[in-house]
Amino acid sequence: MLPMNHIKRTRTYLCLFAAACLLLSNASSYGQKNSFSTVSIGVQSKMVKIYGAGGIKGLEAYQSGFLISEQGHILTVWSYVLDTDYITAVLNDGRKFQAKLVGADPRLEIAILKVETDRVDFFAPKTAVDLEAGDRVLAFSNLYGVATGDEPASVLHGIVSAKTPLDARRGAFKTTYRGPVLILDAMTNNPGAAGGALTNRDGKLVGILGKELRNALTNTWLNYAIPMSELNQAIDDIMAGKTRPRSVDETAKRPERPHSLHKLGILLVPDLLTKTPPFVDRVRSNSAAAKKGLKADDLILFVNDRMTDSCKTLKNELSLIDQIDSVQLIIQRGQELLEMELNLTDGT
Amino acid sequence: MNRVTGWFLFPLTLVTVATLAAPLAAQEIPAAVAKAEQTRIAAIAKATTSAVSVFANGGRGGGSGVVITPDGYALTNFHVVKPAGSAMKCSMADNRLYDAVIVGIDPVGDVAMIKLLGRDDFPCATLADSDKVQVGDWCFAIGNPFLLATDFQPTVTYGIVSGVHRYQYPAGTLLEYADCIQTDASITPGNSGGPLFNANGDLIGINGRGSFEKRGRVNVGVGYAISINQIKHFMGYLRSGRIVDHATLGATVATDENGRVIVSNILESSDAYRRGLRYGDEVISFGNRRISTVNGFKNVLGIFPRGWRVPLEYRRDTETFKTLVRLSGVHSPEQLLAKIQRPPQQGPKPNPDQPKEKPGEEKQPPRRQPPRPQAGPAPKMPAAVAKYFKARRGYTNYYFNLLNRDRIWNQFQGETDCTGMDGKWTLSGTIPNRGDVEIILDTNEIRADFPQGQVKVDLTKDFDTQLAPAGSGGLLVALQVWKKLLTEGPAQFGDVHYLGTAPVLNQEGVFDVLIGTRNVVETRFMFDTQTGKMIGLEMYPDLSVDPCEISFSDYRDVQGRSLPHLLKVRYGNNDFAQIKLTNYALPAASTNKKSP
Repeated sequence: MLPMNHIKRTRTYLCLFAAACLLLSNASSYGQKNSFSTVSIGVQSKMVKIYGAGGIKGLEAYQSGFLISEQGHILTVWSYVLDTDYITAVLNDGRKFQAKLVGADPRLEIAILKVETDRVDFFAPKTAVDLEAGDRVLAFSNLYGVATGDEPASVLHGIVSAKTPLDARRGAFKTTYRGPVLILDAMTNNPGAAGGALTNRDGKLVGILGKELRNALTNTWLNYAIPMSELNQAIDDIMAGKTRPRSVDETAKRPERPHSLHKLGILLVPDLLTKTPPFVDRVRSNSAAAKKGLKADDLILFVNDRMTDSCKTLKNELSLIDQIDSVQLIIQRGQELLEMELNLTDGT
Repeated sequence: MNRVTGWFLFPLTLVTVATLAAPLAAQEIPAAVAKAEQTRIAAIAKATTSAVSVFANGGRGGGSGVVITPDGYALTNFHVVKPAGSAMKCSMADNRLYDAVIVGIDPVGDVAMIKLLGRDDFPCATLADSDKVQVGDWCFAIGNPFLLATDFQPTVTYGIVSGVHRYQYPAGTLLEYADCIQTDASITPGNSGGPLFNANGDLIGINGRGSFEKRGRVNVGVGYAISINQIKHFMGYLRSGRIVDHATLGATVATDENGRVIVSNILESSDAYRRGLRYGDEVISFGNRRISTVNGFKNVLGIFPRGWRVPLEYRRDTETFKTLVRLSGVHSPEQLLAKIQRPPQQGPKPNPDQPKEKPGEEKQPPRRQPPRPQAGPAPKMPAAVAKYFKARRGYTNYYFNLLNRDRIWNQFQGETDCTGMDGKWTLSGTIPNRGDVEIILDTNEIRADFPQGQVKVDLTKDFDTQLAPAGSGGLLVALQVWKKLLTEGPAQFGDVHYLGTAPVLNQEGVFDVLIGTRNVVETRFMFDTQTGKMIGLEMYPDLSVDPCEISFSDYRDVQGRSLPHLLKVRYGNNDFAQIKLTNYALPAASTNKKSP
């Protein structure tokens, strides 16, 4: 049996040792606790740098995105950068892929890409969290294209300033999105930042950083993100292939008497590129298209809810619709999205 | 009526305050929050004392800075001091205004060193290890945005580290931000040159640039700071009072289709080529950093000064090679001078302190600026500053070069005074396992017996064609130059200037370097910064060939002075010999008479 004073002394030493350990751990962990470095590392593995069309003055050929499935689906914004067959996606580890456009929702201005890989780290969109004004946020993006290869995305911090419908109208902010947004006090509205991830202070997904938005009246730029809760249905639809052109399926059954651009009275711009955006060049007077108000310079985005990202896709898609059926179009005119239904019987 | 309204308002205000104060007082601030707040307050209080607001004399703009030594050496941006000239006024948070003088500039890295005058107990910043900075860390900038610190109190802006090891291409012709720290702390015009601190209030960088493009000249949450670790490498060079250049490998790299960083071009005259690097080789690591992008390679190039030796690892097919490469200068001295010594400006620039933009960016129409005081010609340098300034072509302030040259020499002379001992020096010794050596450094020639035979050097002819003995790169000439510096001192030797500090092969830390030109050869003499001993030299018969390198050690007393007794000689990739000296036969000191 140990003498009592020895036990006391041992206990005292142990207490002192424990206190010293506590002090040391407090001191060393202080920097970690008061840094977002661990959160940043967790998010970075899901971030993607996207390169595509653009590169001329004022139109950067890059934007941001993040992985939303283990199979390599990437959520990003729908923009001119994706108007090419050669979309490059660079993962956080520096691996470079040619990404395929799975689909897009121009009303929400989002698109989903896919790269051929698996077992990647990703955000599950359904587990995204909702935030309120005053909550701390972190914004991850490749703004200004600063990062290349395996260099990590830029991180900005801030708070949600407001949760409000986007006051978008002609003459002010030009956007097709009309839903609720999170207004941020972090400077997220920078070139290349669109498509980046907004997270809470723990690195949980909150939303996607919106496209550049400038108020033409005040020359101010709006820092905002679209909450994931607004996007989840569209993400499901796109990933389920609901917006994918049927024409990519060569086994799809074609009607004997299909629709055609000529019959509807639509003349597109010359198809010179591998992926020429289907802009309307001319509309024949008194045609079905003219009767419903289609105009030159309109961009045809969807035919019967199927995405038409090129003149070829649009022609193919029409060839799958019987003349007796109507054709639902979603077109972009300037910054406005318009829907119209064309019936061959309307025209002459 | 007014009086009545006022009377009612006063108690109403009291009631409102009381109503607001009650719930506030009742709120309990979590201990962790209170502690974090106190830590932040303490860090800012500590950091603020070393911050400097720079004001160019005569209303020619200004910026920010930070004091890094008690005797007043401070860092700022090159683009802050450029319009200010050689003297400026600096305010600090102690409500005092100090005169300051330019010391050295690094125009490519956008760094300048200035010296505040009048005290030897300036509060100074603690330099952190900026390689430990992580994305997501809290940080804060202190400075003089929009030159607001006319009340001497600097502005603090808080943020986080948004990126590390960022590369920003040169803006215009010179400024290149390599390996910089990106922050969302507000960096606006006037913050240039000011400090970026970590959450503990230790210095991690010097702010100087932002990405703006179409947003105009306002903070858009993307500021860049030159990392303090980069500046640490350049510190000795900046103290030299010179115009410091950045480095090139003599090779360019590109990313191939597999994402490998490969050599896309290489100069045959470069040290990298002589060390074995070839077109198509894959760069694995550089400066002890793994290289996976071209930016990463440029980051390493940007943090080392010209003349430093940097480790390089490269792969050819399946074989990996490791070597040390000497970095050469990006510009010739004349090119660098031409780029920075433009004609004096006529009147003030609108915002000379503004961070630079990336090339090719969209320019906004000029914004309306508040009226600024009209600047006339640069005012005369105050007398208090003039005694710390000496103009000389090629230098920012030659005063500081002389100061350091004399400091090094005086310390070295303390133990190794050979002044006036010009005449015949006979060095005897052995090369272990090979045989005896005798080297006679005479007045007009050198005669030497080596195990492989006798060799001579005629000192009345050009040195660069007499690089005996074979395979040494010019050992005898190198020893002659060494003897001349020892016996004549830097003032008599010829053109001897202080380069700064640089690493030395197989030695830890950095060493003071003097460069001297004698006959047609240039020699670098390296001195231990602590002991003052000369630990080696590199003699270059031509700057595009390998030098003869001698390391000096085993200093022992010879007739009352300390001289080296072990000479390790190296040339190119090979060790030439280790010479153990057993005897020095020296002449008596006499009045110095210049000889070859």
